[in-house]
Amino acid sequence: MVTTSLGSFKSPDARVAAREFVAQAGRDAAFQLEACVHCGQCAEACHFHLVSGDPRYTPIYKLQPMLKAYQREAAPFSSVKKALGLAPRELTAQELQEWSALLYDSCNLCGRCTLVCPMGIDIAGLVRRAREAMAAGGFAPTDLYKAVERALDTGSPIGVRWPALKRQIELQEQETGLRIPVDVEGAEYMVILSSIEIMGFAEIIGALARIFRHAGASWTIPSAGFEATNIGVQIGSREVAAELVSRIVAAAERLKVKCVVSPECGHAYSALRWEGPNLLGRRFGFDVVQIDELLDRFVREGRLRLRGKDARRLTFHDPCQLVRRGGLSEPPHRLMREVSANFAEMPSAGAASFCCGGGGGVSAIHRAEGLRFAAFACKKQQIEATGAEAVVTACANCRNVLEEAIDHDGMTLPVLGLTELVAQYLEPEARTG
Amino acid sequence: MTELELLEFARGPALWVSLGVLAAGSLWRIAGILRLGGKPDLAEPRSTRLIAGALRATFARMLPHPAFRRTITLAAWNGYVYHAGLAVIVFGYLPHIDFVKRLLGLAWPALPEPVVYAFVGLTFVSLFVALIVRLNDPVRRLLSGFDDYFSWFVVVLPLFTGMMTLDQSYATRSAAALPLDPLPVAVHLLSVELLLVWLPFGRLAHAFLVFASRAVTGAALTRKGAAQ
Repeated sequence: MVTTSLGSFKSPDARVAAREFVAQAGRDAAFQLEACVHCGQCAEACHFHLVSGDPRYTPIYKLQPMLKAYQREAAPFSSVKKALGLAPRELTAQELQEWSALLYDSCNLCGRCTLVCPMGIDIAGLVRRAREAMAAGGFAPTDLYKAVERALDTGSPIGVRWPALKRQIELQEQETGLRIPVDVEGAEYMVILSSIEIMGFAEIIGALARIFRHAGASWTIPSAGFEATNIGVQIGSREVAAELVSRIVAAAERLKVKCVVSPECGHAYSALRWEGPNLLGRRFGFDVVQIDELLDRFVREGRLRLRGKDARRLTFHDPCQLVRRGGLSEPPHRLMREVSANFAEMPSAGAASFCCGGGGGVSAIHRAEGLRFAAFACKKQQIEATGAEAVVTACANCRNVLEEAIDHDGMTLPVLGLTELVAQYLEPEARTG
Repeated sequence: MTELELLEFARGPALWVSLGVLAAGSLWRIAGILRLGGKPDLAEPRSTRLIAGALRATFARMLPHPAFRRTITLAAWNGYVYHAGLAVIVFGYLPHIDFVKRLLGLAWPALPEPVVYAFVGLTFVSLFVALIVRLNDPVRRLLSGFDDYFSWFVVVLPLFTGMMTLDQSYATRSAAALPLDPLPVAVHLLSVELLLVWLPFGRLAHAFLVFASRAVTGAALTRKGAAQ
C-alpha cells in the first residue's frame, strides 16, 4: 500500500487547507484571482446554476476560500491589510465543509465558465488548484478519499486488478478471433484503459484489436500500469496523481513503446497528456495520443479504410476534458462524419457543449447524485434539439453518466462509444484478412 | 483656503500625489503578483504560438464568445455601454484633452460637445443600471462587497462632479485660464484624483490586470490547442 501525505476526511484541518490554497496561488493563478470584476457571467455558463438558480453555484464564488487565503497571506498589500485589520479572516473548518459541496459536487471542471469569462479567468483551472487544498486539508468528499485508497492499493479507483482485465481480454479474443497482445516489448502503441471500460464496455478491447490489425500497427496492453483514470487529479492531489501517472510511465518505459494511447476517458487524457510531465517533473520519452485522435490520424493517412455508415440519426457528446479543455475538438467530429450518414451536431457543439454532469469526479460522489441528475437537464436539451436516435461519445465516464441520466429521466436513447463505432465500419476484407 | 487655492491644490500637489499613488500602487500590485513565480510547463505543446495566443485572447475576449452571444444578459451588454461611454467622455471631451496636453504634451481632435453630453447622460444611466443589477441580481449581490460598491462610487463621482462644471462655457477658454467658478472644477479634479488613488488597490485595477489574466489563459489554452 502506497502512503501519501493526503489529508483525511476523518481529521480535517483548515490551517493545512489554507496553506495549500496559498501555495496554489502562483503568479498565473494570482493574476486571474485578482482580475475578477464580479460580473457574474460565469453563472450563466454553469449548468449547476442554470438548473437550480442557486447563486452559490456561481463558478467564481466557489473559489472564495482560495481567494480569501490568498488575500490574507500572499496578495500584494496583504501585510498592510492585515496590520490594519482589513484582511479576510482565517478560514474555518465549518466554512470549508460547506465549500466542499461547491468545489466538488457542483463542479465538473468542465471549463464552460472559463470560456465565457470576459476577464479570461480560467475558473476551472483554479478550481482544480483549489481542490489540492481541500484534499490536503481533509475536506474532499469521503467517496473520493476511498477511491484514492483503492486506486493506490489496487491500481483502479473501483478496484479492478489485472486478473479482471485478463479475463476480459480472453473473452474479447474469443469474440473477435484475434490475439490481443499483452506486455509486448517494443510495440509502437501501448494502450491503457479505464476501469469503466474494462468492466462496463469491454467490447472496446475487441474493437481496438480489429482497428490495430486493420491499420497494421503493433500494439500492446500492459499487465501492470494499464489503468488510465487518475483519481488524483479529480480529488486534487498532485502526490496521488503523480503516483498513478508514474505507473503508466513505468509500463511505457519497461515496454519501450513509442506512444501511449489514452483511452476514451476525458480526465485520463488530461492527467497523462497535460498534467503528467509536470506531475513527474520531467518530459516523457514517448508520445501521448488520445485514441480518437489516433483513429482520425489513421483515417486521414489511409491506414484505416471505412465502408458504410450508420443510418440512424446520431449526435455527438463532446467530453469536456478532450474537447474544450484538451484541444481535441476536430478529430471526434471528423470521425463522426466518417461513420454516420445522418450526423446531427448539438447546439453549441464543440467549445460550448454542456458537460454530461458527471465529470471532474462528480460521478463518484454519491451525495451529489441528485444534483448530477438535475444538471443533466442542460445536456438533455442539447441532445433533444438534434432529434437523435442515439448519442455517441468518446469518454467511458460520460457514456456511463449519460446512460444513468437517460435512464433516470425515462428516456430511451442508446449511448455508443466512438471507437467501437469506427471499428464497426472498417472495410471487411482488411478486418478479416 | 479659498476656492482658487483649492483649485491650485487640486491641479498641483493633489494631482501629482494621486498620479504617484496610481503609478506606485499599480507597480506594487503587479510586482507583488509577479514575485509569486511560476513553473515551466513540461507537457509537449500542441502549439508554440503562445504570444499570438495570448494576444488573441486579450482582444477576442473583448466580445462575448459567439456561443454565448444569444444568451448574454442585459447586465453584460450594459458593461459595454458604460465602458464605451467613459472612454468617449475621458478621451473625446475638449477640456480633458487639454488637461492631458498640459500634462503630457499630447493632444487629439475633440468630439463635438453635444455628442459628449449625450454620452455623459447615457453613461450615467448605464452606471446606475449596473448598480441596480448588482443590488438586485442574486448572483451579483452574493459576489459583491465593499470594494465593488466603492469602486462604483469613485467612478460615478467624477461623472457627477464633472456635470456640475458643464454650465461654464469651456470651448472659448484656454486650458490654462482660470474658470469663472473655480470650486466645481476643483471638486471635479479632486474626485478624479480619488479615483486615481483607489484604482490600484481595488476592483478598478482590472483596468490593467485584465490584460495579464486574458494573456495567461490565452497562452495556456493555445499550448493545448484548446483556444476557442
